[in-house]
Amino acid sequence: MEKALSYNYKVVKQFSIATIVWGVVGMLVGLLIAAQLAWPAMNFDIPWLSFGRLRPLHTNAMIFAFGGSALMATSYYVVQRTCQVRLFSDGLAAFSFWGWQLVIVLAAITLPMGYTRGKEYAELEWPIAILLAVVWVAYAVVFFGTLAKRKVAHIYVANWFYGAFIIAVALLHIVNGMAMPATLTKSYSAYSGVQDAMIQWWYGHNAVGFFLTAGFLGMMYYFIPKQAERPVYSYRLSIVHFWALIFTYMWAGPHHLHYTALPDWTQSLGMVFSLILLAPSWGGMINGMMTLSGAWHKLRTDPILKFLVVSLSFYGMATFEGPMMAIKTVNALSHYTDWGIAHVHSGALGWVGFITMGSMYYLIPRLVGKQQMWSVKMIELHFWMATIGIVLYIAAMWIAGVMQGLMWRAVNPDGTLTYAFVEVVKATYPYYVIRFFGGLLYLSGMLLMAFNVFKTMRYSFPVDTRIAVPRIHPVAPLAPAATAAAETAEVL
Amino acid sequence: MEALYLLIPISTVLVFLAIWVFIRASDSGQFDDMVGPAMRILLDDDRPRPPEKAVSDAPPDNGAAK
Repeated sequence: MEKALSYNYKVVKQFSIATIVWGVVGMLVGLLIAAQLAWPAMNFDIPWLSFGRLRPLHTNAMIFAFGGSALMATSYYVVQRTCQVRLFSDGLAAFSFWGWQLVIVLAAITLPMGYTRGKEYAELEWPIAILLAVVWVAYAVVFFGTLAKRKVAHIYVANWFYGAFIIAVALLHIVNGMAMPATLTKSYSAYSGVQDAMIQWWYGHNAVGFFLTAGFLGMMYYFIPKQAERPVYSYRLSIVHFWALIFTYMWAGPHHLHYTALPDWTQSLGMVFSLILLAPSWGGMINGMMTLSGAWHKLRTDPILKFLVVSLSFYGMATFEGPMMAIKTVNALSHYTDWGIAHVHSGALGWVGFITMGSMYYLIPRLVGKQQMWSVKMIELHFWMATIGIVLYIAAMWIAGVMQGLMWRAVNPDGTLTYAFVEVVKATYPYYVIRFFGGLLYLSGMLLMAFNVFKTMRYSFPVDTRIAVPRIHPVAPLAPAATAAAETAEVL
Repeated sequence: MEALYLLIPISTVLVFLAIWVFIRASDSGQFDDMVGPAMRILLDDDRPRPPEKAVSDAPPDNGAAK
């Protein structure tokens, strides 16, 4: 069989396995540092295992290793299936896979050793940052090359989201990565002081917007309709959702710098743009939810759909909470407290995690020639474990966050602080323990998923990846004529 | 705030670039059909066929039959 006539499932499969593996690793590191906050002895007096070094490892592993692999797996799958064409280049696709894994491994080595640029979500030192940029360009070439040679005239909306995510992340990474190397393992940012902070959070928040939102919305717009076997509620709204997000996202960053040396007007600008974002976010969330109208009963029996739909409700919650927290007066209470951790994790565990897990449960059987996952019951169990885990996690952190904010700002009539910092730490202890158990449940669910995936992938069947001949040409007039004609008309 | 001398031009250029891409896509008819594309991805049957059918010499057009 000629290669050009079939889809490239190999790289999709590789990235899917990487998603599961890095998911387990990243969550394990997260659980360890959660334990350290409750029981500091858990750092075992080993510098490499201390919170300050493992925390960036956890965030990098979750965002770039787990999330990034999932985005690459699904974008390679979606772009091929919706364009009805094989990936632009198998070689470059393989390079993007192995290059990405190399970046992750280098991160896992250098971050615990303490090599860091000190920028949140952009910690990797300059040689790795350059490698990351090269791999990203290869990824972009494969994706856009595939779009360019598509056999379907229309570009499906998911591809717009993936495309914007790829371009934006390249730009953010390059602008925020500007640095002067001093040695192989040390560099200095091109910007300094509050300028550096502004650039960093322009990067930081847009990374949330384009990596953790736009990319995963691409996933949402393909896998929810496919799993529900219903078209998107309103295709028009999905297009509006995309362009509204693109035109309004770029300026939310300053809300990370409220009440700092950043000029007041810039802070207010960031706040206003953050509030505006509520509209397109909820438009998209409602669009995804309503895709199930007429198919709600499927939620009772289909755990994959549960993952996908609950992920959307967390997306809705997080995109409501975010703009609220960006309001300066609310931020005065919430900033630097564990409320921020609660907010991030309702987005990360709920939205990013669930949409990824749902999509992977859809995708993986199809990659290995199976009708479904090895155990559907196990998916159901995973869903409930993960959901309870998230609720424990974010409720504990919400309470802890509000409590910390109130205790920090409490003053006596004579103007002195009511509470010493350590008293607040002590009061937070029970919530750190609850959070640990929430995280433990979530990780256990992920381990179930890994086992289920392993069982599904074992003894896999060869998959027929031939690309269906575009039905625009009436190739089968002798076949069941009525359906063939109807479909031809629809395609035309 | 020198950082803004970099960020504001970048954002402005990007917005105009997005407008240009949008107008080009719109003019080339990308947004003419707002119903069909949502249906079309559902017609693409990506379920693996049972093994016994996969080994037989089925015609390459497996889209309609399943």
